[in-house]
Amino acid sequence: MLCAALPLLWLPLAGAAATEEPTPEPGSPGEPPPGLALFRWQWHEVEAPYLVALWILVASLAKIVFHLSRKVTSLVPESCLLILLGLVLGGIVLAVAKKAEYQLEPGTFFLFLLPPIVLDSGYFMPSRLFFDNLGAILTYAVVGTLWNAFTTGAALWGLQQAGLVAPRVQASLLDFLLFGSLISAVDPVAVLAVFEEVHVNDTLFIIVFGESLLNDAVTVVLYKVCNSFVEMGSANVQATDYLKGVASLFVVSLGGAAVGLVFAFLLALTTRFTKRVRIIEPLLVFLLAYAAYLTAEMASLSAILAVTMCGLGCKKYVEANISHKSRTAVKYTMKTLASCAETVIFMLLGISAVDSSKWAWDSGLVLGTLFFILFFRALGVVLQTWVLNQFRLVPLDKIDQVVMSYGGLRGAVAFALVILLDKTKVPAKDYFVATTIVVVFFTVIVQGLTIKPLVKWLKVKRSEHHKPTLNQELHEHTFDHILAAVEDVVGHHGYHYWRDRWEQFDKKYLSQLLMRRSAYRIRDQIWDVYYRLNIRDAISFVDQGGHILSSTGLTLPSMPSRNSMAETSVTNLLRESGSGACLDLQVIDTVRSGRDREDAVMHHLLCGGLYKPRRRYKASCSRHFISEDAQERQDKEVFQQNMKRRLESFKSTKHNICFTKSKPRPRKTSRKKDGLANTEATNGKPPRNLSVQDTAAVILTVESEEEEESDSSETEKEDDEGIIFVARATSEVLQEVKVSGSLEVCPSPRIIPPSPTCAEKELPWKSGQGDLAVYVSSETTKIVPVDMQTGWNQSISSLESLASPPCTQAPTVTRLPPCPLAAEEPQHPFNLPYDPRPSFAFPPSLAKAGRSRSESSADIPQQQELQPLMGYEDRTHLSPGTANSHWCIQFNKGSRL
Amino acid sequence: MIRSEPPALLTGSFSQASLLRLYHRFRALDRNKKGYLSRMDLQQIGALAVNPLGERIIDSFFPDGNLRLDFPGFVRVLAHFRPIDDEDPGIRDPKEPEPLNSRMNKLRFAFQLYDLDRDGKISRHEMLQVLRLMVGVQVTEEQLESIADRTVQEADEDGDGAVSFLEFTKSLEKMDIEQKMSIRILK
Repeated sequence: MLCAALPLLWLPLAGAAATEEPTPEPGSPGEPPPGLALFRWQWHEVEAPYLVALWILVASLAKIVFHLSRKVTSLVPESCLLILLGLVLGGIVLAVAKKAEYQLEPGTFFLFLLPPIVLDSGYFMPSRLFFDNLGAILTYAVVGTLWNAFTTGAALWGLQQAGLVAPRVQASLLDFLLFGSLISAVDPVAVLAVFEEVHVNDTLFIIVFGESLLNDAVTVVLYKVCNSFVEMGSANVQATDYLKGVASLFVVSLGGAAVGLVFAFLLALTTRFTKRVRIIEPLLVFLLAYAAYLTAEMASLSAILAVTMCGLGCKKYVEANISHKSRTAVKYTMKTLASCAETVIFMLLGISAVDSSKWAWDSGLVLGTLFFILFFRALGVVLQTWVLNQFRLVPLDKIDQVVMSYGGLRGAVAFALVILLDKTKVPAKDYFVATTIVVVFFTVIVQGLTIKPLVKWLKVKRSEHHKPTLNQELHEHTFDHILAAVEDVVGHHGYHYWRDRWEQFDKKYLSQLLMRRSAYRIRDQIWDVYYRLNIRDAISFVDQGGHILSSTGLTLPSMPSRNSMAETSVTNLLRESGSGACLDLQVIDTVRSGRDREDAVMHHLLCGGLYKPRRRYKASCSRHFISEDAQERQDKEVFQQNMKRRLESFKSTKHNICFTKSKPRPRKTSRKKDGLANTEATNGKPPRNLSVQDTAAVILTVESEEEEESDSSETEKEDDEGIIFVARATSEVLQEVKVSGSLEVCPSPRIIPPSPTCAEKELPWKSGQGDLAVYVSSETTKIVPVDMQTGWNQSISSLESLASPPCTQAPTVTRLPPCPLAAEEPQHPFNLPYDPRPSFAFPPSLAKAGRSRSESSADIPQQQELQPLMGYEDRTHLSPGTANSHWCIQFNKGSRL
Repeated sequence: MIRSEPPALLTGSFSQASLLRLYHRFRALDRNKKGYLSRMDLQQIGALAVNPLGERIIDSFFPDGNLRLDFPGFVRVLAHFRPIDDEDPGIRDPKEPEPLNSRMNKLRFAFQLYDLDRDGKISRHEMLQVLRLMVGVQVTEEQLESIADRTVQEADEDGDGAVSFLEFTKSLEKMDIEQKMSIRILK
């Protein structure tokens, strides 16, 4: 129904169209429409953007097709495939349209296609590596490019003098030098496209790649100088012009870099103040970087250098300032744009090559150029490396040199520059165009194809990606400091000295100025690594959740749905755990099914692996503002949760020691009771306050678990009745009394953070507390909804009432389920006896962190919330309420025995 | 006081030119021309004072509680940072002590900056101290502690809650120590 949809384009109100006059077309104002056209074709209005979009689409589709086969892409670099595709498409276009269209226009290339690629490479350039090798990079970029340009130009001229180039190529020495200058520069796009797939070692990569980026300044200068000399005519060039040429090299390069740094500074400064308008952060990055490019281009400075420096300079501060989401957005957008531009460039290169009207072939020139660029590149690399190795700590060996020589790919920059030549001034332009195309094709296709096997064959040291570890990060910093100190002692102001200087300057002034204060505070590299490691672990844990479960022999068909449910809302999870509690009550005497066990495991997985669910306050429908408190909270939580898990897993897996963590049981039981009591009181919506109580749990209970436990377990051995559990009060009251006695025996309050018992591990409705309790922060208490707070208060009051008389019966019921499950899995790691060695105890810092965080929060309402609890805590020491929990401990032990 | 010809073993096979250069530096640092360096002399190097590990590095110049640092000692410490020559690997007499600039010795130098009590292990406490020096004031004490915990646990393989030298080297086995702990001019 195309015709049904199309009228919408020009009929604003389709429904009212019958009665109203159709609004006039924007394209033809004034002219009354002849009638209600059902269909109208307006190709010309959309032609330009449509074509652009279409080309990008074609390129992207081609990419998809290429990557369908791993075999092809692993053998052939994508750039080759794209160029070949371009050739085919160009042929088709030529055959259909009878004229070459859609070529790589230098204007488009320099203004739109190149900047994203350069920005991407500058922004994601490993800055440390770059500066470590800056000397080599600059040498190759400046000396190497000059060398290549002059030798190639001169040699070609010599070739012409020797009569090997056909006489119809009318070119003087200057023309050849001009050609040499544009053909000599290693192209960043081509190098990146090929080297990204080759994975040579970092040093080699950064040298080749850095060279290709920085040599732009030299290329631009050489090209411009030669071009103006050619236009002036060699006779008119004076000595001062040569001097000016040399001077302009400095102006263009340093000016470009300066422009880039200024914009980097502006960018960093701007992002410092975007706290309330997070949504435009990525945009700012792109805008200012692009502005740097255009500014440099406008002042005929090196635009590539400007963007590179801008990206390189701003990254640290921008990344610190912008939000996590913006960081992702920047990264993806940048990569998307760059990859898109790269794809289009290579495809258009292929298409442009088809247009035979632009080029004229001369075998001598083409072959000569090919030979010379390869030869002089190799020669230049060898000579420069020899010099550089005198100064390098790690010399570049022969293999490196081979790869560097061979990796000198030419690309679209050369092509765009040669297209820009003025035919009237450079009569041999057509020959140069043909030669450039051949050179570009040769380097990209032949060298691009062969460099991978070559690297393999030469056994070039590959880059190895290993996960960053905290140790490495820390020690690396130590080494840096040591080296800086040693240079100080030796009195040599070398690289380490200056790096140290810079870092101190950066820390003292720049970071203070350019980083948001909050960002600055947490922006430390070691901390950063730590943080990222934790996040990664959390993610991988959640990802592997299924495997972990299946490894325990449980299949969980319900997992996905539950996952999503728990993720989505507070109420769901609360309902879930709530219903769990109810279920518990109902099925007390029935046999535990596999389903229940599965539920239990699932619950633990969710509690452990997922974020704490929380209520959503506001719908995030604002276009200008993305609420991200949740994100930050979650990050924090991931971090805390993860830390906990990490410590656990370290101990349990690495040392093969399973430690029983000290329990939050006391409050658990009492808590549970509260919940239940509350349930009764409030008629059914109570389970919610469970979570609230959990938060309380952190704050309160930190006592003498260890002794209690051992103690109680001893008492328990004598009269362990736990397995047969009856949900009646009598036996419990008995036990309660007993345990409260034991409590008095061991009064020493040792602060050990809570951790779940086996029962908690097994049984969802118990564990939530244990798991969550540790890291509940002030934020979570803050977001407790009102109804929960009331529930909370009620529970407190019920608890108070519960504490004073010996006991209310209701709560005890809930304790029951643990037995069968615990008995079923005796070798569950957490069932192992508690190991009193402190090293295996859960580190106190964690619990402390959780505690102090909630304590330190100055929130008044929260304080109010806490107060009753504190009072409660005191009471619980003595009350049977706490003691009640002990039979749980005993019970577990008992069941094990 | 100053030995004009330090024994070859002690020089860590520095080149003549480097030795001369170090000797001049040594003289320059020695303010009162007393023939040895005191801690004060090193502490007065401005940049060293702001180096977070400066104090510890100075300590390593004065092993065993010495108060005086003579030229051979000075050279010996600096010899750790000589780049490793790739000309003579393997042909060394195994009985000969490992050269000071070997990977192991470089690592040992770094290790003893952490290991304050010289018990051959970096305890959690020692790790925390280093972290406190390095990380700066922005990170809270609790966070530091958890970083220290994690760092120790990451490297700790035998579960004794501390990082031994072996574990230390293992945690860095992927790193190019030869490069990261060498200074070119000390050839």
